[in-house]
Amino acid sequence: MGSQKEEVKLLSFVCSPVCRRVEWGLRLKGVDYEYIEEDIFNKSNLLLQLNPLHKKVPVLVHANKPIAESLVILEYVDETWNHQYPLLPQHPYERALTRFWIKFADEKVMYGGYVAMISSGDEQEKKVNEVREGMEKLEELIKGKRFFGGDKVGFLDIALGWITYLLPVWEEVGCMKILEAEKCPAISAWVNNILSHPVFKDCLPPKEELLAYNHRRRKHFNPALYN
Amino acid sequence: MATSEVKLLGAWPSPFVLRARIALNIKSVDYEFLQETFQPKSQLLLQSNPVYKKIPVLIHQDKPICESLIIVQYVDDVWSSNGPSILPLDPYDRAIARFWATYVDDKLFPAMKSIAGAKGEEERKRLIKEVEEGLALLEDAFKKITTKGNNNYSFFGGDQIGYLDIAFGSLLGWLRVTEITNGVKLFDQVKTPGLVNSAESFSSHGAVKDVMPETHKLLEFAKTLMPKLAHTN
Repeated sequence: MGSQKEEVKLLSFVCSPVCRRVEWGLRLKGVDYEYIEEDIFNKSNLLLQLNPLHKKVPVLVHANKPIAESLVILEYVDETWNHQYPLLPQHPYERALTRFWIKFADEKVMYGGYVAMISSGDEQEKKVNEVREGMEKLEELIKGKRFFGGDKVGFLDIALGWITYLLPVWEEVGCMKILEAEKCPAISAWVNNILSHPVFKDCLPPKEELLAYNHRRRKHFNPALYN
Repeated sequence: MATSEVKLLGAWPSPFVLRARIALNIKSVDYEFLQETFQPKSQLLLQSNPVYKKIPVLIHQDKPICESLIIVQYVDDVWSSNGPSILPLDPYDRAIARFWATYVDDKLFPAMKSIAGAKGEEERKRLIKEVEEGLALLEDAFKKITTKGNNNYSFFGGDQIGYLDIAFGSLLGWLRVTEITNGVKLFDQVKTPGLVNSAESFSSHGAVKDVMPETHKLLEFAKTLMPKLAHTN
């Protein structure tokens, strides 16, 4: 087993929400790591070596062993540094629920939101409605709680944290509205709670870079919109 | 534990339901199997999995747990003192098992399922190639995992079947059905000997053999789905 004292490196991309999650997890647990920025448009040999299957970030390297897939990485980090700040709940049923909602949110809200951002017209409208429905389910989940994890930030907060800083960028780039404060007041309050949390607020990517990158993606899939 | 405390809502042809059954068997958990009727979906299904309305759903002490791999991990967590651990004990090995199980669900199985509904010969060939490459990668992972530390294990999980064996092994029946209905050999002794040998041991394992549907029965069932499959996206 990799000891808690051995070196940790994180191959990452500044604009990637799934990379950001891993950073928040590491910081919450007080784990020191070396951040290595990857140019995803010009992938390094290191990345291709460490994640030959998907050739994607994030990749965590601990004691020289690579782990890919953000959620797999986070569970690994939680299990390895198990004496500090548990990310997953202790109770098996709560753990199952957490994993369920992350899967749901990643598919319906994150992936759905991204597709909406790069689409336009009727296709976009249809997708926006689907994502809003997903958001409403998350609203039900967080009602009455400060964080998804309860009084403290937990695994689900880390997994959904992208909503706080990236969703507004997608909304701007895609000329759409997904999170409406009147419809989702609890989520809106949660966004503010996260953005003022010490670990999150000091670990957010610069908005200009996010705008530039996401415009680039939208232009790539929908060039007609940029002429 | 009283039988009625643990219920599994499912259907015999589903590979995902099979995963839950194998996990429960490994842990020697008594459970009541409730066959979902579909057409229309039962009240129990709609109530216990309102988000996806899909099987399997494990109901434990009246609380529903959904999504096959989440169920498997839940069973491993709750009945941790019964029988062998389903997930490996070492965090790195657990990460590897989870990584490949994610790959099976996100890439391998969807490609396999899409072959039957492929539009045109080119797409069919592309999907077949994707499955073949996926199996080759899994074979590679199998070799690495089972020969770690000078060992020569029969399963991804070592001497016992584990998380990744369950994730992949549950698809064997449908893999064979895909081969037969498309006239293609995807899984063979020459290309993927490790996986093929492991599959045999898996299928005859005590926790698997009584719940794994026979291929010919799956084939009959698949034929009832085929006309529909050809017309869906």
